[in-house]
Amino acid sequence: MNWRSVRAIFGHEMARFFRTVWQSLASPVLSTVLYFVVFGAAIGGRIQSVEGVPYGAFIVPGLMMLTVLQQSVSNASFGIYFPKFSGTIYEYLVAPTGWIEVTLGFVGAAAGKAVLIAMVILLTSFWFNGVHIAHPFWMLAFLILTATAFSLLGFIIGLWAKNFEQLQIVPMMVITPLVFLGGAFYSANMLPPFWEGVAKLNPVLYLISGFRWAFFDLADVPVGLSLFAVGLMIVACMVAIRWIFLTGWRLRE
Amino acid sequence: MRPIIDIDHLSKRYDSGTVALNDVSLQINEGEILALLGPNGAGKTTMISIICGLVVPTGGTVRVGGHDIRTDWRGARKLIGLVPQEILLEPFEKVIDCVRFTRGLYGEPPDEAYVEQLLRSLALWDKRDARTRELSGGMKRRVLIAKALSHRPKVLFLDEPTAGVDVALRREMWAVVRDLRAQGVTIILTTHYLEEAEDMADRIGVINRGQLLLCQPKAELMGEFGKKHLTILLDQPLIALPPILKGRGLTLSPSGNALGYDYDTRAERTGIARLLADLAEAGIAVRDVSTKQSSLEEIFISLVEEPQA
Repeated sequence: MNWRSVRAIFGHEMARFFRTVWQSLASPVLSTVLYFVVFGAAIGGRIQSVEGVPYGAFIVPGLMMLTVLQQSVSNASFGIYFPKFSGTIYEYLVAPTGWIEVTLGFVGAAAGKAVLIAMVILLTSFWFNGVHIAHPFWMLAFLILTATAFSLLGFIIGLWAKNFEQLQIVPMMVITPLVFLGGAFYSANMLPPFWEGVAKLNPVLYLISGFRWAFFDLADVPVGLSLFAVGLMIVACMVAIRWIFLTGWRLRE
Repeated sequence: MRPIIDIDHLSKRYDSGTVALNDVSLQINEGEILALLGPNGAGKTTMISIICGLVVPTGGTVRVGGHDIRTDWRGARKLIGLVPQEILLEPFEKVIDCVRFTRGLYGEPPDEAYVEQLLRSLALWDKRDARTRELSGGMKRRVLIAKALSHRPKVLFLDEPTAGVDVALRREMWAVVRDLRAQGVTIILTTHYLEEAEDMADRIGVINRGQLLLCQPKAELMGEFGKKHLTILLDQPLIALPPILKGRGLTLSPSGNALGYDYDTRAERTGIARLLADLAEAGIAVRDVSTKQSSLEEIFISLVEEPQA
């Protein structure tokens, strides 16, 4: 393992983030504030509470997850796609740097940025709702694991994409619907039994459920299952990335 | 000199069926400058790309400094620096950060003194805080060289380093390459400019249609394949060639005061002695005689026009 190259890639990617730090932070924070205003204040005024938790606070974990998933996927996919687009990917391929170092560097930075933004949103939500966290360690663990899993997925999307349209289509057509249907703004228990069964086929439901459990001790599915789901996703993505690098698919001729 | 790169029966066939390299074997010696010549699509860039790890070969082996590029790729790649044909840089990155990044990517610890020395040697120190998009084409190319040298490689590949570069800058690049050679770096360059190969290379390899037609020391190549042109300046101008000199490949200059004669240095008889004797016999007085070696360009064209020669 070449740790110096991991650090170089990580630092390089984070530098890109900090070059435009205000844009990077302002956009997700603004959209989350809008969600708080619309869902928390306007609609929340009528819903009151879900399973004993004020609605404004109930949606905080879902909103954080929504941002983390979107940011992780877009950071990682753009991170690796940009050198492919500009041609500078050659540097990574000719350096004595293996797939694991390249993945750790890019995915570490993408997940790091997503976690940073999520923490800013959490601070914002304290101001709006006064949220309390039942299991802070597990909240952080779920946050980091989820950011890692979806950064890995984004990394695969970036490796696969041949143009900017492809880069955007998966987050837009797959990730966002999965998050909205994964209980970001409601509990799966609120659905009729049939739709509750369908909702449980959505992997994102397990992530949001685990994350919400860390906040409020409330979960749609067992916490162990949530951890297993995120772990499984990490392993599956790592296997796919290893295959891509070893075969050179869409990387080497 | 011992070989630092050992290419053995290297082949590359693309999925489309195109054979980019066909059974190429070549040894490159430590500290030499090897120029690879060939027309577009000859296989030069494919060969470099395979050695550097950008293209996967379909046959054969390559060892760099004794490290196999497939089984011991980390060892091999640590020794290599690559300057690609196109200018590939992140537009918003500072020059110095570009170089630091590449050094880190190769697993080398930070060394600000070396980075400064490198940038100074390439006349980039004053531009160290400039974003790469603000630089001229020549400066960008020098940044690519600085990046390729950031981890102190033993072998440097320059893929068409002076393509699209103006004459002054081209000479500047040549000076950089010579400096590197003086520091003991082995240099492999591909070029379209035969003048470049003629001026700089120790050995010249000619590739065409995926095959290495030859690889020889430059002087040997020029001697072996070179034709010479003999110019005979006459005391008195001639109106026409006398009958005794006709049919021997002689040309008379428009002014009539010089004769031109092409001959092959490899031929058993060049015909020069006989020609001079015939001139004397015809009563034509000679004022001066000079010869000129044919250029590498002419040699190159004669080789690639007969691909299997």
